[in-house]
Amino acid sequence: MSTEVLLKEFKEVSEHPHIVLSEYKKQGKKVIGVLPYYAPVELVVAAGMVPMGIWGSNNKTISMAKEYCATFYCTIAQLALEMLLDGTMDQLDGLITPTICDTLRPMSQNFRVAMKDKLPCIFLAHPQNRKPSFGLQFTVDQYMHVKKELEKISGTTVTDEALREAIKVMNKSRAARREFVKLAGQHPDAVSAVNRSAVLRSAWFMEPAVFAEKLEALNAELKALPECKWTGKKVVTSGIICDNPKLLQIFDDNKIAIAADDVAQESRSFRTDAAETGDPMMALAQQFADQDYEVLLYDEKSNQNRRGEYVANLVKNSGAQGLVLFMQQFCDPEEMEYPYLKKALDAAGVPHIKLGVDQQMRDFGQASTAIQAFADVL
Amino acid sequence: MAKTVSPGVLALRKVVDDVHADARKAHAEGRLVGWSSSKFPCELAAAFDLDVMYPENQAAGIAANRDGELMCKAAEDLGFDNDICGYARISLAYAAGKRASRKVNLETGEYVINPNSGKPLKDENGNVVIDPETGKPKKDPKTMVPYTVLDDIYEIEALPEGREKELRKAAIKPYRQMQIPQPDFVLCCNNICNCMTKWYENIARMRNIPLIMIDIPYNNTVEVADTNVAYVRAQFDAAIKQLEELTGKKFNEKKFEQACANANRTASAWLRVCDYLQYKPAPYSGFDLFNHMADIVTARAKVEAAEAFELLEKDLAEAVKTGATTTPFPEQYRVMFEGIPCWPKLPNLFKPLKANGVNVTAVVYAPAFGFVYDDLDGMARAYYKAPNSVCIEQGVDWREGICRDNKVDGVLVHYNRSCKPWSGYMAEMQRRFTDDLGVPCAGFDGDQADPRNFNEAQYETRVQGLVEAMEANKAKKEAEAK
Repeated sequence: MSTEVLLKEFKEVSEHPHIVLSEYKKQGKKVIGVLPYYAPVELVVAAGMVPMGIWGSNNKTISMAKEYCATFYCTIAQLALEMLLDGTMDQLDGLITPTICDTLRPMSQNFRVAMKDKLPCIFLAHPQNRKPSFGLQFTVDQYMHVKKELEKISGTTVTDEALREAIKVMNKSRAARREFVKLAGQHPDAVSAVNRSAVLRSAWFMEPAVFAEKLEALNAELKALPECKWTGKKVVTSGIICDNPKLLQIFDDNKIAIAADDVAQESRSFRTDAAETGDPMMALAQQFADQDYEVLLYDEKSNQNRRGEYVANLVKNSGAQGLVLFMQQFCDPEEMEYPYLKKALDAAGVPHIKLGVDQQMRDFGQASTAIQAFADVL
Repeated sequence: MAKTVSPGVLALRKVVDDVHADARKAHAEGRLVGWSSSKFPCELAAAFDLDVMYPENQAAGIAANRDGELMCKAAEDLGFDNDICGYARISLAYAAGKRASRKVNLETGEYVINPNSGKPLKDENGNVVIDPETGKPKKDPKTMVPYTVLDDIYEIEALPEGREKELRKAAIKPYRQMQIPQPDFVLCCNNICNCMTKWYENIARMRNIPLIMIDIPYNNTVEVADTNVAYVRAQFDAAIKQLEELTGKKFNEKKFEQACANANRTASAWLRVCDYLQYKPAPYSGFDLFNHMADIVTARAKVEAAEAFELLEKDLAEAVKTGATTTPFPEQYRVMFEGIPCWPKLPNLFKPLKANGVNVTAVVYAPAFGFVYDDLDGMARAYYKAPNSVCIEQGVDWREGICRDNKVDGVLVHYNRSCKPWSGYMAEMQRRFTDDLGVPCAGFDGDQADPRNFNEAQYETRVQGLVEAMEANKAKKEAEAK
């Protein structure tokens, strides 16, 4: 299949996740909603079910969720609740609710209360002291709980063998995505910013094995392309999420390519693989422990500016000329790390802009002007 | 609020003053001073005789001293977004060296008085004195204060020795929260929020100092599972090791046990003091409890704190006998105040309550600091149960328990812009309070430290609405009784 056809297929999935969900249900599959961040989707796959990421919505407006949330909460979480309340997610068989940030902590309770009698909510608390042996053990304990709850929904037992297989599938999907990010950065003439996002977003909606196969096919097409003589600019994007096609169209309109990203919904979610040998549950715990340079997670070496320097290096190594930070409104962890990210970027001579975004934004005029002006100075 | 101050209250004030004085002395003598989150197990630091200061308590004090906005803005100038918790912003600005100072004239060495400050001058009959020239009330010069300006201790330090350096050093506001020594290490426990994790990481980075982290993940059940206890227990051991490295001392088990005994004694006395709000009328106001927060936060593991709370308990027992109360108005309604108060706006919070005879007889802080335990596992379990780390059922149960015991007629809910975890399931809680207790609830928007987020007009309207609902409830109950 050609690049265009494959990209079109990913775009279809990305734009219509509910059709994908309905399709899985028609096939008799069980589907588990997975909220941010770092839920071990391997467990869902090993239980023979389909994990479906829920990262809010670019098309909905908060209405019913207001019954639960004050105004000063991240729209990703609020719109996730909105879709659970308004029937969009009625076909789900379960929901995993991680609690790594201060919004998701109480939201886990709102999800559970709001979905009472409707949808089993599987609670997940990750440890911040995740690297020492007691932290690994705590992650294993939590994952065991998730596994048990998933088994209740699937009616199957998750064996070590099945879990090891699921790890292989997810590693394959992650490797394909890492490769794709690299190739998309090298061939912005073939993969627009809008399409790049659609591909990466699809990973949250498609069956992992199917997604990985398809993405490997696309990667093969992209690899075969001649070297791209890009006359536009290249940037690295950073933030929790930047998957709004209207916002990304501004990049394409201004010939700004995304060379790499430090986005939670994108690269931060597939930087780290799990070991395919040994105890698979411990492998997943170790994978979580290995997550690094992450605003949401505790850094044992916090007196250094490791994350800021990592992102600054990412810009330099990817051949980008600057960084665009999408600051999700009301996201404390991102906001708390901004001053030191800025410090590292300034020290490395990397120009950046910070754009405030939320998922209810409909007018991108200001963002457009800012991005255009930024590209001009790069 | 209270005109006469009881011996217990005086003792509690002294305890906090001493804790601060000890920390300043330790710093001056070159000993280590740490900064700690309010619900970090203070027993651990006490076992090493470490002097510890508490940024949350400090930020509340700075906000109550009306410097919250200045310090919040200083943090925003450092790049911290104005959506971030006001306590964190104040603390981060302070850690960066920012200070609220009095404007000083470097030529004369005198403070520059702000003509807009101060209270009206009154004559011997208590009447406001009018200035015949302007026709406006005259200001009482004794109450006028200098302009407040932002200064930076690192900028001051970099100055050559001399007059300017001395004057600027001396101009930093003298109240204790603006005089806390910079930290040599930080102790972080995120049982209250995860913002704490990033806040303390930032301090560690700014000052290049060690951070000791005790992570308490959110809990979805009323019970704390053994696996969760094991995780926290292991972290206690790791923290002890880190403290040994930091201080070069061995962990002193005897001192630790004594600190635990003191902390338990303080917590128990604190809970008994809180229980005095059950009397009708209450011998004091929940707002007074806010004033004693400093003790329960900064001095939990000190025997002096336990003794001072026990003394206050005696004062209260006496007050109940005589029917005395520090609430300066007749108590017509009793409410629970949900959340952290808006420290910069305490008088504004109090005004409509006083006008309507509403006494705050329940605050969530009572159980929030009542860490009572028997052994180390119990200690891990106790610290697992902070207000923002518990599930909704536990949160509702705590609150409904004190609402029942303290006989409240309504609930006033602070939707605190600074505290996402606290305000996060408050709407559902309000529904449950009304369903389970049959009491009306009213919410208002505010902030624990940043006065820009408090809307006085909205607050007054909401209090009015709550009073009307309580009135209607009361009338209905009376009619039913007849």
